[in-house]
Amino acid sequence: MNRPAIDCRHLTHRYGEFTAVDDFTLQIQTGETLGLLGPNGAGKTTVVRLLTTLVPIQHGQVQIFGLDARHDTMDIRYNLGYVPQQLSIEPTLTGKQNVEWFARLYDVPRSQRAARVREALDAMRLADVADRLAGTYSGGMVRRLELAQALVNRPALLILDEPTVGLDPIARDGVWSQVAHMQEEFGMTVLLTTHYMEEADALCDRVALMHHGALQAVGTPSELKARAGAEATLEDVFRQHAGTELGEDTTRMGLGEIRAGRRAARHAG
Amino acid sequence: MPVETTTPGVLRAPRGWRRVPNTAARIGTFAWVELQKLHHDRTELLTRMVQPALWLLIFGTTFSRLHVIDTGAVPYLAFLAPGIIAQSALFISIFYGIQIIWDRDAGILAKLMVTPAPASTLVSGKAFAAGVRSVAQVVGVLALAYLMGIHMTANPLRILAAMVVVMLGSAFFACLSMTLAGLVRNRDRLMGIGQAITMPLFFASNALYPVAVMPEWLRWLSRVNPMSYEVDSLRLLLVGIPSAHPWLDIGVLVVAAVAGVAAASALLRRLVR
Repeated sequence: MNRPAIDCRHLTHRYGEFTAVDDFTLQIQTGETLGLLGPNGAGKTTVVRLLTTLVPIQHGQVQIFGLDARHDTMDIRYNLGYVPQQLSIEPTLTGKQNVEWFARLYDVPRSQRAARVREALDAMRLADVADRLAGTYSGGMVRRLELAQALVNRPALLILDEPTVGLDPIARDGVWSQVAHMQEEFGMTVLLTTHYMEEADALCDRVALMHHGALQAVGTPSELKARAGAEATLEDVFRQHAGTELGEDTTRMGLGEIRAGRRAARHAG
Repeated sequence: MPVETTTPGVLRAPRGWRRVPNTAARIGTFAWVELQKLHHDRTELLTRMVQPALWLLIFGTTFSRLHVIDTGAVPYLAFLAPGIIAQSALFISIFYGIQIIWDRDAGILAKLMVTPAPASTLVSGKAFAAGVRSVAQVVGVLALAYLMGIHMTANPLRILAAMVVVMLGSAFFACLSMTLAGLVRNRDRLMGIGQAITMPLFFASNALYPVAVMPEWLRWLSRVNPMSYEVDSLRLLLVGIPSAHPWLDIGVLVVAAVAGVAAASALLRRLVR
């Protein structure tokens, strides 16, 4: 049997008293696209931060392509492409320089670097604006530029943390079509988090639903919808597991508790 | 170069001595990025010249006429100019911690921390950038000094050595600022700390007046302040005022810069946790 691309076992992560990720166990197969869904504060971003080695593992085990996330962090980073939630490019560099920067950081050989940068920019349809300062790009273009940065090293694993948040529908479609294209070409494993159920339904081989830091359900979109009932949508599945509550009744909480809760929720994502 | 594992397409980081050229290349990459940023906004170098020019023109000229600071045979303006270069470099460098927090808030830092670049390479790149911005002050202050008739060296080798000294000093202060950023992790708090330490670092050095006129407690502070060693070196190189310990000056600056890179690198990951 093939080794999974990502193998998380009993992953638990706490910020002080707050448990952001609670006994999370999940395997993602090589070449698979998995969508991690959940309401705000469900723990998706903490899972992403653990998998990307940004945060050290507290409890449980994570292996990425057989590499231990506790000890082989540098090895894992060589195989990652990562797009964070925020639009995070260097605005005072051109689009091309932004991508070249990451090509250099990932040790793309000098002899191949120019071609790989061009290829990544072409794939994201940014070749025409490559010499413009990235600070002049629209939100959708910035996201595509970030994808070009994340893909220039042809990573075995691409992790996207809510990459389409704040983008208009056309820009969102553009981002996803480029991800699908690159995945088809290079056979990457993709882990994405999103709030858009229709995106997860259309793009993901499987989805995993998180709530209160724990994994609530995993399966293909059709399996989960079938389990929820006839004609159920993925949004119905989401509501079934995440509920419709807005959160605790904060009127009964002290200001300190509310602030502590917000801080923890920001960490948890 | 990374090496492929037994799993096709999966890479492993270089081991042992093979890491050395990779690390050097990444420091070069971060330095390249900083130079590109400067290239796209060259006006920054000019606007930063305003403050040292004002110090020399207003403070320097006025205090020179007052004759209240005894600088021996050396005119006060010549004594002051190297101090102004060091002060200007300090003011540039001390806010690098805020820049790194800005990078954190913009998500850039997290993205960089996920690449195979060790934290020390990013810190070294930033320290280099602080040095380059500060070196521009050497050129600017020298040009202004020549225009004002202040006698300073025109020897290119001495000027080059002064630039190296300024780069080392700036690297230390930029790293000090990034270290504080790693400790406090909050932009507003760091701005307060930055403002609180800048003036004591400046005034508890020999930038404006000789150590001899200081009270004993301030002399002690001056002795542990790397800025004093930077100013001594600059005075030796640019004006020819002898330093009591020229090699110690350089040694302190090198050790401070290396220690600064180590401390800031150790704390950098705290910013993204």
